[in-house]
This record gives sequence, structure tokens and C-alpha cells, in this order.
Amino acid sequence: MTMREVAASAYREALPALAASVVGGLFAGAVLGGMRAELSDVPGLLVLVPALLATRGNVYGSLGARLATGLHQGLLEPKFDLGNDRLRGAIAAALANGVLVSILAAVLTYVALTALGSSPASLHVLVLVAAIAGVLSGLALTVAVVSVVVVGFRRGLDPDTFVGPVVTTTGDFVGLAVLLLAVRLVTAALGGL
Amino acid sequence: MPENWTVRAITRATLPLLVVLSTVELGSGLVLGSVEEQLLASPSLLVLVPVTIGTAGNLGSVLAARLSTAVHLGTVSFEPDDDALVGNAVATFALAATVFPVVGLGAWTTAELAAGATRLSPLRVVLVATVAGAVLAVLAVAVTLAATYVAYRRGLDPDDVVIPVVTNTCDVLGVVVLVAVASVLAP
Repeated sequence: MTMREVAASAYREALPALAASVVGGLFAGAVLGGMRAELSDVPGLLVLVPALLATRGNVYGSLGARLATGLHQGLLEPKFDLGNDRLRGAIAAALANGVLVSILAAVLTYVALTALGSSPASLHVLVLVAAIAGVLSGLALTVAVVSVVVVGFRRGLDPDTFVGPVVTTTGDFVGLAVLLLAVRLVTAALGGL
Repeated sequence: MPENWTVRAITRATLPLLVVLSTVELGSGLVLGSVEEQLLASPSLLVLVPVTIGTAGNLGSVLAARLSTAVHLGTVSFEPDDDALVGNAVATFALAATVFPVVGLGAWTTAELAAGATRLSPLRVVLVATVAGAVLAVLAVAVTLAATYVAYRRGLDPDDVVIPVVTNTCDVLGVVVLVAVASVLAP
């Protein structure tokens, strides 16, 4: 292929997925723009946002890739069977790692902001918000990833080609919305902060 | 990838990288935190944050995936006049030039709808997004080429390492570049 052909085919193949992720990203932005009150009430929450969003992509992108590889290798049957040890192990590991890394990010955020001399919200508030958001977005992403990978594979598609964008877009729609929900739950449970 | 799909085996394989990546992402969080007042005062810029992070990360991950495949197929040579290399880089610039103006206009419209009052004019937000997008495209190409080249030279499978490293680096650069461009063009 000449340079021009390579460029044209790369452009054509990437544009639809990129456009879809822009729509998801703008939805995430709308949620973030609409939670300015919560961001002011919980100092440190904005600092936590990139780590939380990235963790979703990294953990559930890896779950999708693992399931796709398992289906290709015949290690996994393309059906929703939670009695299957491999499927259960992969899901449990993703949920556990996702929540663990979210909590770690909250602790690191608290430590970094305190060390820099600013005053973040209290540690238990940040940890609770990160943990609740991690569990809720984890459940939503698990359902999304397992269903599209299994259904796509059954229809003869290669899950490797679409699982990445599915995780990114679902993560955009779910990630900040559950963060907002988690802040409201924690605020309500603790009766103000 | 372990064939033994236990929580312990999977955690052992993935947790160290996850911890490193989320620590790196904390850096971009701190950059965001340092301009929090400015972002809260300009909802358009706040709306731009997730979509810029996502688009920059995607530009990098698409390029990384294509270069990884080219490495596997042996169709790339890492010479400055290599067609696969230059073609994919050109496509990245063209994608950024197409998508980021739309991102800017979309962010302004979203902020107008979601937050009501916007401080910045639509033209200003489009300008911020377009300039940030152009800078990010250059950085995404540089980071992806460097990461793919290092993986290739060390005999690592680029699929395992390059995509997460590039995606997260582009996420962080997305925040840093957006904040820098906004502080110059929309103070």
C-alpha cells in the first residue's frame, strides 16, 4: 500500500469509533458539568476523576480481551453461565481489582493533596465514594462486556474489534453518572459532610 | 495471559500495571485540581475534560493497535520514509483535525444545555479544542511510535504493553494540553 492508501484506510476505519466515543465523552462532560455543586462540596473529587475513568477502561478492557481470547481458544463456551469457573473467576477478578484500584486512587489522592498543602474532603468520604462508584460501574460494565462479547461471538464477529470501543463508550455513559450517584448516597448517609 | 483464570492469577498478572497507571492518572487529576476554580467558572471547559481525555486516548490506541498489527505482520520498518508509518501518522493528524472542532462545538452546546450559563463564546471553545487537538495529535504520534519501537526492539508483544501505556499517557497528556491551551486562549 502507498502512504496515501494507508492513511485513507486508517482514517475511514477509525472515524466511526472515534465519533461514537465523542458522543459518549460529551455525555460524560454533561454529567461533569452538571455536578459542579458536588465537585465544590467534596474537594479532591475532581482530582480523582481521571484515575477512576482510566481504571474502568483498563480493568474492563482487559476483561473483554480475556473473554475474547478465551472464546477464540475454546476455553470458554459462548453462553451466560455463572456456574463456569473461568467466567466467574474472570468477572470476580475484574470487580475485585476495579474496586481495589479505585480505593487506592482515593487514598493516593487524599495523601497527595494533603502533602501539597490543600485540604481535601475527609479520607473516609473519598474512599466510600470511590468504592461505591467502583462497585456500581463495575456491575454495569461487566454486564455490558460479557453480553456484547458473548452475543457478538455467537453471531460470528471477532470481539477484539469492538470490545474496546464498547468499554470506552459504556464507561463514559456510566462512569461519571455512578460517581454522581455515589457522592449523593454518601452525602445522604453521612447527613452532609 | 494466564490460562488459569483464578482471581489470584489474574490479579497477579494485572494489578501491578493497574496500580502504576492509576498513579500516573493521579498526576493528571492534580493538574485538573490546580485549575478547578477556572473549570467550575467555565462549564464549557469542564465539559471538554472527559471528551478530550477520551478522544486523545482513542487516537493513541487506534494508532497503537494498527502499528502493533503492522509489527506482527512485519510490514513496518521504523524508517522515516516508511509508508505504513507515515500513512498512519498522517491519518492521526487528519482524524484530530476532523474530530476536535466538532468536540469543541459539542462541548459548548452541551455546557449551554447542561449548565445553563456559559462564559466562553462557541468560537472560543472550538478554537481551544482544535488547537489542543492538533498538539495532542503530534504528541500521540510521538508517544505511540516511541512505545511501539521500544516494545519491538525488546521483543515484547506490542499488544500487551503498548496499548495500555499509550492510552493512559494520551489521557494524561489530554488533560495537561487542554489545561495549558485553555489558560493561554481562554484565560
